[in-house]
Amino acid sequence: MTASEPQTDPVKLVIVGHVDHGKSTLVGRLLHETGALSAEKLERLKAISAKRGQALEWAFLLDSFQAERDQGVTIDVSRIRFDTAVRPYVVIDAPGHVEFLKNMVTGAADAEAALLMVDASEGLKEQTRRHAYLLRLLGVEQVAVVVTKMDLVGYDQQRFSEIARDVRAYLQELGADPQVIIPISAREGENIAAKSDKMAWHDGPTVLEALDTFTPRCPLAFMPLRLPVQDVYKFDERRIIAGTIAAGQLRQGDTLLFSPSGKTARVESIETWSAPEKLEAKVGEAIGVTLDRQIFVERGELASHIEEAPVLTNVFRGRIFWLDDQPLKVGDTVKLRINSMDAEARVQAIERVIDTESLAGGGADAVNRNEVAEIVLRTRSMLALDEARANPETGRFVISRNFRIVGGGVISMEGYPDQREAITVRSTNITASESEIDRSARWRRNGHRGGVYWLTGLSGSGKSTIARETERQLFLKGFNVYVLDGDNVRTGLSANLGFSPEDRAENIRRVGEVASLFADSGTIVLASFISPYQSDRDRARQAAGDSFHEVYIKADLSVCETRDPKGLYKKARAGEIPAFTGISAPYEAPEAPECIVDTDADTPDESAAQLVAYIEKVCQLTD
Amino acid sequence: MNELDELEAASIFILREAYNRFDDLAMLWSLGKDSNVMVWLAKKAFYGHVPFPVVHVDTGKKFKEMYDFRDRYTDEWNLRLITGDCPPVEDMDPTLPPAARSAARKTAGLKSLLEEYGYTGVIAGIRRDEEAVRAKERVFSPRGEAAEWDFRNQPPEFWNQFNTEFPPGTHVRIHPILGWTELDIWRYVRREGIPLVDLYFAKDGMRYRSLGDQDITSPVPSNADTLDAIIHELETTNTSERAGRAMDHEAEDSFERLRRDGYM
Ligand SMILES: Nc1nc2c(ncn2[C@@H]2O[C@H](COP(=O)(O)OP(=O)(O)OP(=O)(O)O)[C@@H](O)[C@H]2O)c(=O)[nH]1
Ligand SMILES: [Mg+2]
Repeated sequence: MTASEPQTDPVKLVIVGHVDHGKSTLVGRLLHETGALSAEKLERLKAISAKRGQALEWAFLLDSFQAERDQGVTIDVSRIRFDTAVRPYVVIDAPGHVEFLKNMVTGAADAEAALLMVDASEGLKEQTRRHAYLLRLLGVEQVAVVVTKMDLVGYDQQRFSEIARDVRAYLQELGADPQVIIPISAREGENIAAKSDKMAWHDGPTVLEALDTFTPRCPLAFMPLRLPVQDVYKFDERRIIAGTIAAGQLRQGDTLLFSPSGKTARVESIETWSAPEKLEAKVGEAIGVTLDRQIFVERGELASHIEEAPVLTNVFRGRIFWLDDQPLKVGDTVKLRINSMDAEARVQAIERVIDTESLAGGGADAVNRNEVAEIVLRTRSMLALDEARANPETGRFVISRNFRIVGGGVISMEGYPDQREAITVRSTNITASESEIDRSARWRRNGHRGGVYWLTGLSGSGKSTIARETERQLFLKGFNVYVLDGDNVRTGLSANLGFSPEDRAENIRRVGEVASLFADSGTIVLASFISPYQSDRDRARQAAGDSFHEVYIKADLSVCETRDPKGLYKKARAGEIPAFTGISAPYEAPEAPECIVDTDADTPDESAAQLVAYIEKVCQLTD
Repeated sequence: MNELDELEAASIFILREAYNRFDDLAMLWSLGKDSNVMVWLAKKAFYGHVPFPVVHVDTGKKFKEMYDFRDRYTDEWNLRLITGDCPPVEDMDPTLPPAARSAARKTAGLKSLLEEYGYTGVIAGIRRDEEAVRAKERVFSPRGEAAEWDFRNQPPEFWNQFNTEFPPGTHVRIHPILGWTELDIWRYVRREGIPLVDLYFAKDGMRYRSLGDQDITSPVPSNADTLDAIIHELETTNTSERAGRAMDHEAEDSFERLRRDGYM
């Protein structure tokens, strides 16, 4: 691209920075310098400035509320169009006062590029850093820094260098790099459109030159298809699935997979009204398609191609910004929106609240207004989503409460598996053959019910010891009992699986299914697996139905670590074992276990006795 | 996609979102260029149908051409038209300057219509570039129990997720063409062949850039009598669109007061 070639796509540019650091003034001045202001508007601006006893106040062009003009502070974002010789821009003038951070986010979330403004006489302040941090979180990567009010420091190069050094240091800590740092005076019009004589020492670009290096965000055309179903229309004989393509493209005849339902159908037509016939559609287009089969899909599903499906999960991590007056607390239930899907979610953990001054952070019970944090959210229903790093559009979410949007964040699945593999039924031409011998007949023969006793707990909590001892005692008492654990499963049934989150999930799925078959045959199965994820255990429960018993082998992490029978904790602490449960991967304690065996307090024999007693009680035949 | 395609797609998304989220939805149809573009966008979004009523808040002071236009396209576009009257100007806040006071009739007419029909979602064709107070609007903008706009405390809105929930007794204004400019509107009208009232085209050296009530809107000097000429004119001028609207010039805060009280 050369500077002389006019571009027609506007770049959305947000102006951010601490309160009073000259953002609105710069925007007003930019409008003036690019000829966007009529003589009539300029006259009016002079009049309303004079009315308040002020010389020309450029900021009043944007600050249109009386309260804003009277108090000299921007309350809400303005968006305004202007053109340079190179391209159009939508300038988004954000407020700098912390009180209005929600409005700053509203503006910045839309932006493709940003100017971070710093007052030369004040240097970096609290909102300078917070805004810079939020730009990163919101994915605004093109950032230029503008040091303004240079007139107040006598256009001093030394002062400029100090600020440039501070701002660069902070941005680099965030992993960002400012494209340029420009010294200006917005009020005096220095270094806005023309190079300033007063700052001849600056050999970088003017503001306008810097703007013209920004480019519109590349649409996600070459990424896997994502089409959130927004609605389904039946105005006439057509049944039209409507939505806006969030990434990738689709063609007539493509097979679409709808997640989370897992249904598939082919695109029969791409519908249009008062437009030419359409055989394909791309990211950004608001389309409607008909399908070759009448499957039931509804708003909330995410359509993709089969090979490049989104993640399915009911738990994920979010890096969030929180804008509600009321803090967000662990255990809170909130409304979650991802793409076109709504879900209730529970805050399972707040892992880190980040101090945007120092970038340090630690665990907390609550996220307060205007804070950023890393949290874990869990839903009852399955969600179709992407990780933000894979797809920024479909990898983010919004939280609402009391009729208002109050927060948002980007998604990470670190430490959590994609559950798609685990719940997809691959073989389709199987009809279940019913056994003629029913479950109760087998139970009567054995003299007890079969069942799955699922022992979950940290490594070193005593699962295997307790399982073996329980098996021994029950066997001696005449029960049909068998232990499934890593030792007899990993070498055969799951020999092809490793320890990635997905493989762990698959391992547990297999064990769950096998255990359920054992139980059906009348056996008491003791399944002893760390199985750190509630969702995996829930699936095992689903497989076994009413004969499933979740047994929490409870022990403190610190206790397990001192026991450390296999020396694993030591290795994990040394970083030799990646993703070790409890150390570098999560363990989700059971939410409602049928039986809790506390091994902190009891000896293994006592614990086993407790479990034996529990099993004897529940596996009794009642009739 | 070019810029008009992008604007069109964004507006369709908003209209579909409104239709999905609001059971009692209506679109304001002022018969001007912006609201005709909106109706057109609705037909695009819903494949030839406009699945909600269009509402004309009739001040009784529109140009005859506008009433003719209304009757013709209600039929041709198969619209469900609902009209509402406005109270006399004497009932309006006497502290408002005269033109603003006259415009306030429209707010009052709209409010009584909302009460009568119980709409909770009202689609309006305002644009950010028309006026600096509108530049601060949200796409889904909640209104209070008296239809008032709490502009000092607007909820956040980002990532195409909108504030579509509302407490009982309140409603939400939906602005599908908020991000369009006057020039975008005209280019889209030309591209799509959208019909408009003749008054926009110059006769005897004058034309209307913006159509309000007869008594408070005046034509501006112009020779632009075709779509191409209008687009060319706008590409080269920087005078503002609402220069012919008296109420914008009466007092610094006229428009803010009107909008705070529920004006479009
Ligand atoms: N001396 C001098 N004053 C300036 C300059 N730019 C802005 N100001 C003044 O600084 C004050 C704040 O400017 P604004 O543009 O309103 O600041 P802002 O960053 O938009 O403030 P908020 O939006 O409220 O965060 C006003 O009084 C301006 O006149 C400048 O370059 N030099
Ligand atoms: Mg400002």
